[in-house]
Amino acid sequence: MRNVLAVAGKELRTYFHSPIAYLVMTVYAVFCGFFFYSFAATFVLQSFRMQAMGGMSLNEYIIRPLLAGVLTVVLLLLVPLITMRLYAEEKRSGTIELLLTSPLTDLQIIFGKFLGALALYAMLVAITFGYLGILFLYGNPNAKPLLANALGLFLFGAALLALGMWFSTFTKNQIVAAVIAFAAFLMLFVLDWPAAYSSSAVVRVMSYMALTTHFDNFAKGVIDLSDVVYYVSVVVLGIFFTARSVDALKGRA
Amino acid sequence: MIEVEHLTKRYGPTLAVSDISFVVQKGEVLGFLGPNGAGKTTTMRVITGYLPPSEGRVRVAGYDVVEEPLEAKRRTGYLPEAPPVYPDMTVVEYLAFVARIKGLPRKEIKSRIGEISEKCAITDVQRRQIGKLSKGYRQRVGLAQALIHNPEVLILDEPTAGLDPKQIIETRELIKGLAGQHTVVLSTHILPEVSKTCQRVVVINQGKVVAVGAPAELTRRLQGYETVLITVEGPAAEMMAKFELVPGVKMVEPREAGDSRVTFEVHAEKGLDVRPELARAAVESQWKLLELKTSGLSLEDIFLKLTTKDVSEESGDGSPSFVVGPSSEDDSPATDS
Repeated sequence: MRNVLAVAGKELRTYFHSPIAYLVMTVYAVFCGFFFYSFAATFVLQSFRMQAMGGMSLNEYIIRPLLAGVLTVVLLLLVPLITMRLYAEEKRSGTIELLLTSPLTDLQIIFGKFLGALALYAMLVAITFGYLGILFLYGNPNAKPLLANALGLFLFGAALLALGMWFSTFTKNQIVAAVIAFAAFLMLFVLDWPAAYSSSAVVRVMSYMALTTHFDNFAKGVIDLSDVVYYVSVVVLGIFFTARSVDALKGRA
Repeated sequence: MIEVEHLTKRYGPTLAVSDISFVVQKGEVLGFLGPNGAGKTTTMRVITGYLPPSEGRVRVAGYDVVEEPLEAKRRTGYLPEAPPVYPDMTVVEYLAFVARIKGLPRKEIKSRIGEISEKCAITDVQRRQIGKLSKGYRQRVGLAQALIHNPEVLILDEPTAGLDPKQIIETRELIKGLAGQHTVVLSTHILPEVSKTCQRVVVINQGKVVAVGAPAELTRRLQGYETVLITVEGPAAEMMAKFELVPGVKMVEPREAGDSRVTFEVHAEKGLDVRPELARAAVESQWKLLELKTSGLSLEDIFLKLTTKDVSEESGDGSPSFVVGPSSEDDSPATDS
């Protein structure tokens, strides 16, 4: 366990020693802020008209579209920047030899890296909730769905991070690792689109596999166990594949 | 301390190391010699547990590197060819990280860093980012990392590569000072380094062990005769004839000649020191004796001889064609010259 924390600490420190952490956090904050403003402004405009009909829910009209519509997409693009260096940089600089010849198990290294990346991601979640907190200052949103929102955001990110970490083991080149992750995430995102106009069996399976589908419930404030299972499975798969990939680069294959 | 038994390593279809076996005793400094691509780094990577063997076993401090990797790795310090440093960490941060993952108890870490920094002469750059250090310093940080947990076994891959002469000497002194307390295996191309720091040598070529033994033994083994170089001023033909008559001399050949002085290479029977006789012969005839020295094969010659040998000459059972040690003084396998 202390090995896991040692590696996690190293990863986190390294993120902040380089521009990456700051870049990712800034870009995220900017997008989050822009769309938050956008939705809030629209809300204010609309709510005058809706006054008669009993008012709009802040959760429904600001939080939900922000989370499900915007942030999931933004994260699809930003997470590769977080995960690209996890294994690629170790391979390139030769430090992977240090890790693999020290008394650490492969899993300890993997979990440590995952935890480090998750810690950085947690800051993004914190930024998000910083914005959502503003709603509480000026309005009266329902606090209960926020739990589901947070859990969903976390699980979504964890799944992306695990997959991104796996892709990072493919190459010494961080850019290539990032591009592979972008491409994969984009594909997994797009899998959901046919569901809008078709509900054949194939399309339903595709939709199930898409990363964003399972986030919808969380965005609505609902914690559905099957969605939790989905994201946890993706995390497990990502970690499992990372372990196999590390095995392969030792020439075991 | 280190037992390599019939180690074979394949990368896919390529055979990098084939049926290598050797043993390193506790406290020994073993030199690992071989041309580029011979399999030195691969062997070291297997010993340190980075790569699993395709066949065979390796044991470090009694622990099998495949079955009990954590125990083996805890007792091993490894410096790969390129020091495995994180460029954006400071030296202290880095050493602290390595100390933690090597299992050093938290309380000891700080003092250990101080000790090892002094030993490796990196105290004055402790707070600098490793990426900003010169190659020499980076190499020393790499060495510090290998030593920080005071491992029983040290595997050093080209530890003096890229260092300036002063740093090379310092590093060699450091390594020599480690003998006895630590078991060291160091690989190198730099042959003089081997005779200066190592007690025994393993020569490897094309993935196979070609010779094992102390450098002096190897010389004697390979030559089958003693060599003496004598530089005298006098009539060449006469000198040659006289030296040939000295008992035990097998051959005299002029090597260099210039303004009436000649250097002869004299081959004598193994074990016989003909220098006094040669000196007497020269002085009796009143020739000026300018230089007299024994000359072995340089390690370079040994190396070249061993590594350009036709590998197919080896005995079929996979044992090295040449194991040099106290027991094998009498029988002499065919030398190819």
